[in-house]
Amino acid sequence: MIITRPRDWSRIKANLAEIGARSVFLVGCGQCATVAHTGGEQELLEAKARFESEGIAVAGWAVGEVACHLGGTRLTTRKHHGELDEADAIVVLACGAGVQTVADSTSKPVFPGLDSVFLGNVIRHGVFEERCQMCGDCVLDLTAGICPVTTCPKGLLNGPCGGMWEGKCEVLTDRDCTHVRIQRRLAEQGRRQTDVLPPKDYSKKLKPGAINLRDGRTTRSGGEGR
Amino acid sequence: MSKLAEALGRGEFVVTGEVSPPLGTDVTAMLASVATLGPSCHALNVTDNQGATLHMASLAAARLVLDAGHEPIFQQTCRDRNRLALQSDLLAAWAIGLENLLVVTGDDPRGGDHPEAKGVFDLDSTQLLEVVSGMNEGRDMIGRELTGKTGFFAGAAAFPEAEPYEAQIVRAKRKVAAGARFVQTQAVFDMDKLARASRDLRAEGASVIAGILLLKSPRVVDFINNKLAGLMVPTHIEQRVRKATDPVSEAIELAREQVAACREVCDGVHIMPLGLDSAVAEILR
Ligand code: SF4
Ligand code: SF4
Repeated sequence: MIITRPRDWSRIKANLAEIGARSVFLVGCGQCATVAHTGGEQELLEAKARFESEGIAVAGWAVGEVACHLGGTRLTTRKHHGELDEADAIVVLACGAGVQTVADSTSKPVFPGLDSVFLGNVIRHGVFEERCQMCGDCVLDLTAGICPVTTCPKGLLNGPCGGMWEGKCEVLTDRDCTHVRIQRRLAEQGRRQTDVLPPKDYSKKLKPGAINLRDGRTTRSGGEGR
Repeated sequence: MSKLAEALGRGEFVVTGEVSPPLGTDVTAMLASVATLGPSCHALNVTDNQGATLHMASLAAARLVLDAGHEPIFQQTCRDRNRLALQSDLLAAWAIGLENLLVVTGDDPRGGDHPEAKGVFDLDSTQLLEVVSGMNEGRDMIGRELTGKTGFFAGAAAFPEAEPYEAQIVRAKRKVAAGARFVQTQAVFDMDKLARASRDLRAEGASVIAGILLLKSPRVVDFINNKLAGLMVPTHIEQRVRKATDPVSEAIELAREQVAACREVCDGVHIMPLGLDSAVAEILR
């Protein structure tokens, strides 16, 4: 899931002040931001109280099913069009994809209420860790299911680097070195280590990614005409 | 041809030193260091933004060492440049007469003076050594023919004291297979561990140059143990430094003993004087 965290409140207020907004409409997300406790119902109600205590009216709020789903978000904005009309701006408590989807669904100014930080594994309730950067060219088949691209702070495909000490990582000293873990797990599974992993093909991950199952294309540059 | 390569080829016990380019454009201090260390050394490493802190480019500073009449080892880290920049710097280095090359991964920017910087690490040091080997044969990374090939005497770093040993040595051997003809080690304190790594790396065909660090004060020991990744001063040596009435002469004596021990097990020493440049000649005497 996409991990988000609250954004600097003074920056949100400055965004609103700059356009002279006196009232806002709040949008959350029923998926990732709800699980991350950053943009679910409870967080929206907290944000609402905070805005109101600081003299900004909240014309309404909505937590759609998935903020980044264009069709669903358009339905949400249509359903709330009366309240939206009253608002000078919309603040979205969802990831950057959700913010842009809302911005594409209304003519009002839209501002991000969260910062999007990573694609996260849910280790347990409320504990998230980054394990995959979606590089488009997965090497987990060669690395015993441990991603060096993401979990080695330097993203080295071949390691360990010279900073490893007693099996620990140079950069995050409380964690095991990714490459020591990979070697250990491969050995435990009786698997051979690949000699040298070749340089990564970054053309596999050129942005912006786009996939269109309708016309059979898998990836290409350029989004949906925006 | 590289004098360092020639000396190692002859079976001579080699000495390398280290100079750090300035933070700024005034190279007076660096050249003074070159003049002090140069006569004792076969070659001088010229570091590349060491510790992820800003310094003059190693490429230019290495050329200044050459102009001063000494042989540089151009250091290149994978941290600050992508594969295009690394390759073009390699071509530039060869064209301006730099023959020795040390390829290292590089410290993470988070530990340096620009912690906001993006660490590039487009290639790692094993991959970069493969690129160098290709350039020595006249082709770039994508296999295109170069107009004029390189002829680098390339080296890599190794870490004989880092455990688990197996994990480190496998990587070091791969660097040798990728084209490292010499290996410079992290500072060594345990001669048995050096002997073990030296045996394993020499068997792969690389010359082994052991790192010797001048522990000139308890402060240096603290710095290494607390701030430097991948290195720890063992207690018995730490005690020697702490108890010494004259730490500097104790450090010199310690280094002399280490150099003597290295002569038995490897092909040379890499001296990191940490400012005590003038003591290097004495250590080697
Ligand atoms: S190699 Fe790592 S970053 Fe790339 S797809 Fe696989 S898990 Fe994700
Ligand atoms: S110690 Fe291991 S995980 Fe940490 S940066 Fe070095 S290679 Fe990566």
